[in-house]
Amino acid sequence: MLSVHNLDLYYGDAQALDGVSLEVPKGEIVAIVGANGAGKSSLIRTIAGIERPRSGTIAFNGTPITGLESHVICNRGIGQVAEGRQVFPSLTVLENLEMGAMIPRARGDAKRRLDEVLALFPRLKERQDQLAGTMSGGEQQMLAIGRCLMGAPELIMFDEPSLGLAPLVVQEVLRTIHVLNERGMTILLVEQNVAVSLKISQRAYVLENGRIVMSGTGAELLHNDRVRQAYLGL
Amino acid sequence: MPALDLVANVVVSGILTGLVYGLMALGLSVIFGVVRVVNFAHGEMMTLAMYAATVLFAAFKLDPFLAMLPVAAAFFVFGYALQAGFINPFITRPEHSQFMLLVAVAIILVNAMLMIFGPDARNVQVDYQLDSYELGPILIDKGRLFAAAAAVIAASGLFAFFRYTLTGKAIRACADNYLGARVVGLHVKHLYALTFGLGAVCVAIAGCAMVLLVDVTPPLGPAYTLLAFVIVIVGGLGSMGGALLGGVLIGVSEALAGLFIAPSAKSMFSFGLLILVLLLRPQGLLGRRA
Repeated sequence: MLSVHNLDLYYGDAQALDGVSLEVPKGEIVAIVGANGAGKSSLIRTIAGIERPRSGTIAFNGTPITGLESHVICNRGIGQVAEGRQVFPSLTVLENLEMGAMIPRARGDAKRRLDEVLALFPRLKERQDQLAGTMSGGEQQMLAIGRCLMGAPELIMFDEPSLGLAPLVVQEVLRTIHVLNERGMTILLVEQNVAVSLKISQRAYVLENGRIVMSGTGAELLHNDRVRQAYLGL
Repeated sequence: MPALDLVANVVVSGILTGLVYGLMALGLSVIFGVVRVVNFAHGEMMTLAMYAATVLFAAFKLDPFLAMLPVAAAFFVFGYALQAGFINPFITRPEHSQFMLLVAVAIILVNAMLMIFGPDARNVQVDYQLDSYELGPILIDKGRLFAAAAAVIAASGLFAFFRYTLTGKAIRACADNYLGARVVGLHVKHLYALTFGLGAVCVAIAGCAMVLLVDVTPPLGPAYTLLAFVIVIVGGLGSMGGALLGGVLIGVSEALAGLFIAPSAKSMFSFGLLILVLLLRPQGLLGRRA
């Protein structure tokens, strides 16, 4: 569904991604694991059109999307739940959700999708008139996911969805990702929490210093000695 | 000491003029609050709108209140094009190059106006301009009252737009969280251009209204730019209500200075107020603490 081929990204002279290639097949959860600064977020941001790669190609559903603007890429069906949630703090919960459906592909069906999202997250329904900035981190994460779903994505990229959240909330977020996947959503998951992301993903890539150094099924990597030493502390 | 009813008259007239100032400053505040670019050509655009109203009046006997429609439409297009064509590429550049870009626009505008209209003052003469309403001891100029009413209606329209329409909410979202706006696929550059266009519409309406109150000459441009800054800083940068409140305060302080000291001392009072606000409440009267 999503194929990235030989992607290079530079910030000025500093190389953030070095020949990254990966495949995200339809209906799967694909995880990208790696340490802080390995380039995970850069990869997500480049796919989303927020950063421009120096070279390499990105294709979605067989059509190239490399170098397109972020709003165009969103409208192709690639949604994103960004690191730090990135809700609109001075807009209400409902307004935040409305903003998710501003892309042309989602406008017509926004009403029906809003009902679906509020059914999936009853908490958001209770708080729909509250300003997003006054909610807890976990609630904001649910809002960020709900807002993303409002855009009718076919693929959702999650960037560190568990960062800064209490363990119970992390469980809830992961359960939500699992539920979305069971309903057919394709997911690209970036996480520092390596053990968890390898467990719920069908396939995973290990990113180190901007390079893919290893890939395999989640189970394979979970039992790989190098991964266990470097990322699981075993 | 002037008589009390004279003071009351001057205060009322200052409030009405101040609402027009407020609408002008509202444009600056909205552009800064969303696009994070300081429009150094704001007063020059205001002056251009005033000239547009005098030209439409001279050519077609078009009342300045009717001239608001075509001038606002033209200014919207101008503002949109300026943002989309020139300012958007500068968004990620350092602030001094944005500053130079808009100062250049200001200088081009003011000199073009000098070349086209010359240095002499122009105005419009409508028959209701000298009429007034009597409210007890207070005389309210019709022209001034209508100008203030137009400013209030335009400002309310803008408030409602930002509060209730999806596009208005999307513009607020861009101001709230730029990265968030890109993440959900908002077309940020288009929304920025729309915002600049709306700021220009504020200026267009304020300019058409202002031409009923003062004669227009090209040097008004830089003076109004400065005035708009003072108002926005007094009211609170990025606060829409603050721009209107600041406009009224500056309007009243100018009018009172004219009464108690000399009309030429009016800027002294505006700047005095500015210094007071900066000392006592640096974020502005209605501004949020950074």
